[in-house]
Amino acid sequence: MLAYILRRLLYAIPILIGVNLLTFTLFFVVNTPDDMARLQLGVKHVTPEAIGRWKAEHGYDKPLLLNAEAKGAAQFTDTIFFKHSAAMFAFEFGKGDDGRDIASEIHARMGPSLAIALPVFVIGLMVNITFALLMVFFRSTYLDIWGVVLCVVLMSISGLFYIIAGQYFIAKLWNLLPISGFAGGIDGLRFVLLPVLVSVVAGLGSGARWYRTIFLEEIGKDYVRTARAKGLSEIRVLFRHVLKNGMIPILTGAVVVLPLLFMGSLITESFFGIPGLGSYTIDAIQAQDFAVVRAMVFLGSFLYIVGLILTDISYSWVDPRVRLQ
Amino acid sequence: MVRTGMILLGVGLSLMAGCSDSWNNPYPGSGARASVLYSAFSERPKHLDPARSYSSNEVEFTGQIYEPPLQYHFLKRPYTLIPLTAETVPKPRYVDAAGNALPDDAPSPLIAESVYEIRIRSGVRYQPHPAFARDGAGRYRYHAPSATGSAAKRRISDFEHTGTRELVAEDYVYQIKRLASPRLSSPIFGLMSEHIVGLKALGDTLEKAAAANPGAALNLNDFALEGAEVVDRYTYRIRIKGKYPQFVYWLAMPFFAPVPWEAEVFYAQPGMADNNLTLDWQPVGTGPYYLVENNPNRRMVLKRNPHFHGENYPGDGNDDDRKAGLLADAGKTLPLVDEAVFSLEKETIPYWSKFLQGYYDSSGISSDSFDQAVRFSASGEPQLTDEMADKGIGLVTAAQASLWYVGFNMLDPLVGGLGEDRQKLRQALSIAFDYDEFISIFLNGRGIPAQGPIPPGLFGHVDGVAGLNPYVYEARDGRIQRRSIETAKRLLAEAGYPNGRKAKTGEPLVLYFDTMASGPDAKSRLDWMKKQLDKLNVQLVVRGTDYNRFQDKIRKGNAQLFEWGWNADYPDPENFLFLLYGPHKKVASGGENAANYDNPEFNRLFERMKDMDNGPERQQVIDTMLEIVRRDAPWIFAYYPKSFGLRHGWVHNVKPNLMANNTLKYRRIDPALREARRKEWNKPVLWPIALLAGGLIAVIAPAVIAWRRHERKTA
Repeated sequence: MLAYILRRLLYAIPILIGVNLLTFTLFFVVNTPDDMARLQLGVKHVTPEAIGRWKAEHGYDKPLLLNAEAKGAAQFTDTIFFKHSAAMFAFEFGKGDDGRDIASEIHARMGPSLAIALPVFVIGLMVNITFALLMVFFRSTYLDIWGVVLCVVLMSISGLFYIIAGQYFIAKLWNLLPISGFAGGIDGLRFVLLPVLVSVVAGLGSGARWYRTIFLEEIGKDYVRTARAKGLSEIRVLFRHVLKNGMIPILTGAVVVLPLLFMGSLITESFFGIPGLGSYTIDAIQAQDFAVVRAMVFLGSFLYIVGLILTDISYSWVDPRVRLQ
Repeated sequence: MVRTGMILLGVGLSLMAGCSDSWNNPYPGSGARASVLYSAFSERPKHLDPARSYSSNEVEFTGQIYEPPLQYHFLKRPYTLIPLTAETVPKPRYVDAAGNALPDDAPSPLIAESVYEIRIRSGVRYQPHPAFARDGAGRYRYHAPSATGSAAKRRISDFEHTGTRELVAEDYVYQIKRLASPRLSSPIFGLMSEHIVGLKALGDTLEKAAAANPGAALNLNDFALEGAEVVDRYTYRIRIKGKYPQFVYWLAMPFFAPVPWEAEVFYAQPGMADNNLTLDWQPVGTGPYYLVENNPNRRMVLKRNPHFHGENYPGDGNDDDRKAGLLADAGKTLPLVDEAVFSLEKETIPYWSKFLQGYYDSSGISSDSFDQAVRFSASGEPQLTDEMADKGIGLVTAAQASLWYVGFNMLDPLVGGLGEDRQKLRQALSIAFDYDEFISIFLNGRGIPAQGPIPPGLFGHVDGVAGLNPYVYEARDGRIQRRSIETAKRLLAEAGYPNGRKAKTGEPLVLYFDTMASGPDAKSRLDWMKKQLDKLNVQLVVRGTDYNRFQDKIRKGNAQLFEWGWNADYPDPENFLFLLYGPHKKVASGGENAANYDNPEFNRLFERMKDMDNGPERQQVIDTMLEIVRRDAPWIFAYYPKSFGLRHGWVHNVKPNLMANNTLKYRRIDPALREARRKEWNKPVLWPIALLAGGLIAVIAPAVIAWRRHERKTA
């Protein structure tokens, strides 16, 4: 398995270079270094000299991909792409255009992102699976039908509505929780409760319905009939046998997103004032801060690759028939 | 299981109840009765270095921390400069090319230099900061990397020792040199290098020095600046090329605030920048507050500077100020608030809700909540709704020193040029764009139809009928009324486009409007613009683009009509009229004249007006300039925005001052009243929890019963 993981990690290098190149190309098709300088320097009193100085200060005064004036390897290394990309493979992200260290920012923002994303993931998974198993338990009854209807209704409502409704009713009308904000330590619990609750409810419809489909497929299989014939209770059948055999498709969806939990959620963080990573990328795109965009895309790609490897490993853990070679 | 859940719920509720009286209080552990002001910021500041910060969201902080030599009087209108750290407002001394002194009324062409000599007050001290900390032998504790251990320090508070020192004239000269540093990219370097003697040369020298030693810090004390020198410990001198009376306004901006060299040495040490410990993020000033918490991702906290030199609340307001209670604190020592907490609040809905809950002391009014907060009386005056009035909230309105306009590219062959037919075409379009309607529909009345380039509150602006734009408006029954659309049609016909068609060919007149506005809100505005020209049977084609492409089009002169705006840097008409000065044309010189307007007579008058003192003679020149620009109509003067703000009853000393950025020190809070109101407005409503628990039982119980029944069933 170790050889498999190493091989997959080596595959990641060309993928990351490709992602980096694509991000770079897309970004600089839309923005030129001059545009970036103008946005940073503001609208007033901006002179061509000031733009030149800003570009030189931030290393954007070189050719994008190929330096025709340089010789040898410097044709490729003395370019914006190389200067701004090579260090990332050592996880040195450099500084944003506002002068702040990107690695420090990621370090500082990861905690708040996880404070929301992790409970949402764990609680959401538990609630969705439980609700799905209940619907399966009461399959073909009114409870199942109304459960599915509820799921469809929940799925049909925009995520933003849950946030606004949650803030309005729970925080504003009933004064039960702070409407937004964040704090470290035990104080942070009060700020985390509402976004977690809202996110879990917002994800319940789609999650529970999908798991219900998986479990319904399992419950018609022979081993379930055998388990019942042996006299096992329905709860035992569902939680011990059906749930375990339904884990592979669940893992496919769940484990792959596990590393991406670090990246946070854009809308939730923005509305609840959570200082996480979710809004960092979109803020950087709006500010045309290529250094941050590049770092976040790189990090996202890397975590996604890690997620895929973890998914493969979890397959072999859940299902002994799966072997990684 | 249900029992366990109920116990957990009970424990959770008890925990929340124990945390504070109000469960939804977003400031855990805060002293309820402390003199703390709570505010918010929607966009994180990019720079807090006084050489770099320019945006309003940045000067909101730097304005409280740094002290330039001058400031604006808090109460007086029109805006009046008064000393801050300076002893007096400096008056320039003029000299000719040979260095001979000239009289104050010397003609501008004779003046080779204006010399400003600024004497600052003694005894002003910096905030506590480790950059000033010294050991027993008088050596700086943290100026050597080995002593700092900087890599392990993540916050300024991690440094055990702090110190202070007296402000000296050298610190001001040091900061002026910093404007030229290539490492800082100061936004005003280009502008100031045109005015301050030797600043451009210093910039070139520093650039070469920086290129020679890319990684090394630049010690600005090693470089001389011809136009800024220390006269004595408390006096410094700035030399300005020619006559530039507006320079004195720049002396009220953080760009000209002092920076101690010790701070730069301190922050230049290895490892500091990696932990975001830079002067750009950790300011060092002499102002009434200093930054104790700097987390732009969450909140920024300003605390009273224990070394603040002291300043008294002004007592020289007018009767209106007295009636508004703005003189109740006259003579009291500033600042009146001990701490100010600014929380990051990106979205307007939570911001508004928290304001209504009493957790923010003041708020703007977004379009979404405008109707909830404000209504207009029969006479058109804005008033608070009953809901707001019942909460004791106050409304503060002010016309901003800003202007929005629709510019015509004067280089465009269709709409540009100074010929009479083009003038009439632009005048016709100016009449057709009914900005009175625009203000009503899209701004909730938060604007004043513009009559010219100079906004209200600035010298040169004339209120009422006497100040109307006669080419677009007329006086009827003593009121300003937009000219009729028939007038616009007649002008259009005289311009060669009868009924919106070219007289010679019969082709329809098609105009192109470049904009960077997008989204549903923008669409309705753009539809409105098209509708305005439909009245003249003229077609308007909207060319939407992004910010970069829009800027590029304007720079290259590829736009025909475009929307643009300007916020005043200082309260002088020169700061608006220069936008129409020919030599500042965007295409030719990269200046701020985006319409590329170039009228020789206007240019001549501008050159005269900019050096004049305010008075009847200057007003006369401005009136002539306004007549020229209204007739030529290179802009459709759209509107002067009005700011509407709300404040709670416990916030005192709020008077809009659109020039000053250091007004936090005048605010006063009544914490007891705030605490009482918060308790009153935020009592937790518990029945939904009971309802939820009941609902869960109602759902779970039948399921449990059904399950038990199922289990008991025989196969």
